[in-house]
Amino acid sequence: MNLDLKKLKLRSVNEKLQSIDRKKNNRKFTISNPEGNHAICAGLTENIDVTIKGHVGYYCAGMNQNANIIVDGNVGTGVAENMMSGKVHVKGNASQSAGATAHGGTLIIDGDTSSRCGISMKGIDIIVKGSVGHMSAFMAQSGNLVVFGNAGEALGDSLYETNIYVKGKVKSLGADCEEKKMDKKHKSKLKELLKKAGSNIKPDQFKRYGSARKLYNFNIDNVSNY
Amino acid sequence: MCGIVGIYLKSKKFEKSLGGMLSKMLISMESRGPDSAGFAIYSSDKNKNYKYSICLNEMSFEKFKKEIKKKVKFSSVEKNSDHIVLKSIEKPNKILPILESYEKISLIGYGKSIEIFKQVGSPSNVVKKFNLDNFSGTHAIGHTRMATESAITTNGSHPYSTGEDECLVHNGSLSNHNNLRRKLKKNGSKFNSENDTEVAAGYISDSLKNRNLKQTLKKGLSELDGFYTFIAGTHSGFAVLRDEIACKPAVIAETKDYVAICSEFQAMAHMPNVNNAKIFEPEPGIVYSWGK
Repeated sequence: MNLDLKKLKLRSVNEKLQSIDRKKNNRKFTISNPEGNHAICAGLTENIDVTIKGHVGYYCAGMNQNANIIVDGNVGTGVAENMMSGKVHVKGNASQSAGATAHGGTLIIDGDTSSRCGISMKGIDIIVKGSVGHMSAFMAQSGNLVVFGNAGEALGDSLYETNIYVKGKVKSLGADCEEKKMDKKHKSKLKELLKKAGSNIKPDQFKRYGSARKLYNFNIDNVSNY
Repeated sequence: MCGIVGIYLKSKKFEKSLGGMLSKMLISMESRGPDSAGFAIYSSDKNKNYKYSICLNEMSFEKFKKEIKKKVKFSSVEKNSDHIVLKSIEKPNKILPILESYEKISLIGYGKSIEIFKQVGSPSNVVKKFNLDNFSGTHAIGHTRMATESAITTNGSHPYSTGEDECLVHNGSLSNHNNLRRKLKKNGSKFNSENDTEVAAGYISDSLKNRNLKQTLKKGLSELDGFYTFIAGTHSGFAVLRDEIACKPAVIAETKDYVAICSEFQAMAHMPNVNNAKIFEPEPGIVYSWGK
């Protein structure tokens, strides 16, 4: 079923997609003419497929649960922010704070993201096929961030337990983030993530970054690390 | 919050529809700035006249016209709502002191190609008031304001113009504007408001005396402290700069015919062939410029 945002109000489109009956057979939707509108597909809870044809604005697919959302274009700030489960696939570039605070699910971005990708992420898997901007994975707590391209300044600043995998160059690491050994466990997890994103790049080409765990509790000897 | 927009035309194809395109952008950015709006439109003036953009405030058009006739030789004076554009071959150093002697009016900008209109009220009312849809030109810059640090007045609205054919719009806030204003005043700059952006505009005008726009903005990175996405216009084009933290958004679309910049993509969704444009966000701390 196609939902045309030139003819329908954004709120009615979101309400429709938010209240799909569990037993309903028609579970495939397309949205045309998004024209940069904000909060498209925010708050979906059912396992439906939605393809958005065009560029969208802020908070697209925010708070998603179960839905499989494809954006055939670019996304604005905060795509899939606070996602709980499901999958969001962006075919273009993403703006700031992609996957911010998200607890679960998978976010795949074919292009680049700007700053603060995965800020405060809490369990989501984010796979970026391009590069990420500065302060990515800032205060990231759990989950995985995979970057095929380069990472900007201060990657993983004040990091907790998120694993960051970068294939390209890292401009600089943030406070308490360091390069870590890639052991078997991480290689197999990374292989699984790459498979999810339909890539056959070998995990060996990536470097892993994680928390040095020096800033978990305040310690005067570490004051220069803050 | 605030919304900023700009269009630079690479080809002549859309010159007649420039006003209409900018108008749609400003209306779309109303959610980011409902308090006031303004725009600067550049067009080439073959008569080699200077154009002085003035807001009359409470002064009546007839009274102003009668008085200015005695003091200034001008070729035309056009009224557009409460604004006027005075065209004269007389140079700014002669005309500006005369215009500044009128306390009631506000001189908004001057130059050979720039015209500026700005007023309080919602962007949709402001563009209607000045009939922006009917304007043509080579490039244009606009702003919708959500007031934070200074009053909602005409003088508190953007764009700010502090030099010939120069203008600036700003999304963000500066923290060292009082200090910088004092310094610039010592060097002879004049300011009409308490607004932080006016100081940035004054800073750019002052620096342009010795540098080009790109060098000026690069220098500004270390001297303007705060959050900003700037669009700075000159007679030949415009430049864009985001501070290094880059909290304030901007998105650029470039085709073979035009460059469009807006705070949010939705403001440029109506632009011709935008879905096939090269769309990107300006990177923090890097100056982007387009010009002839």
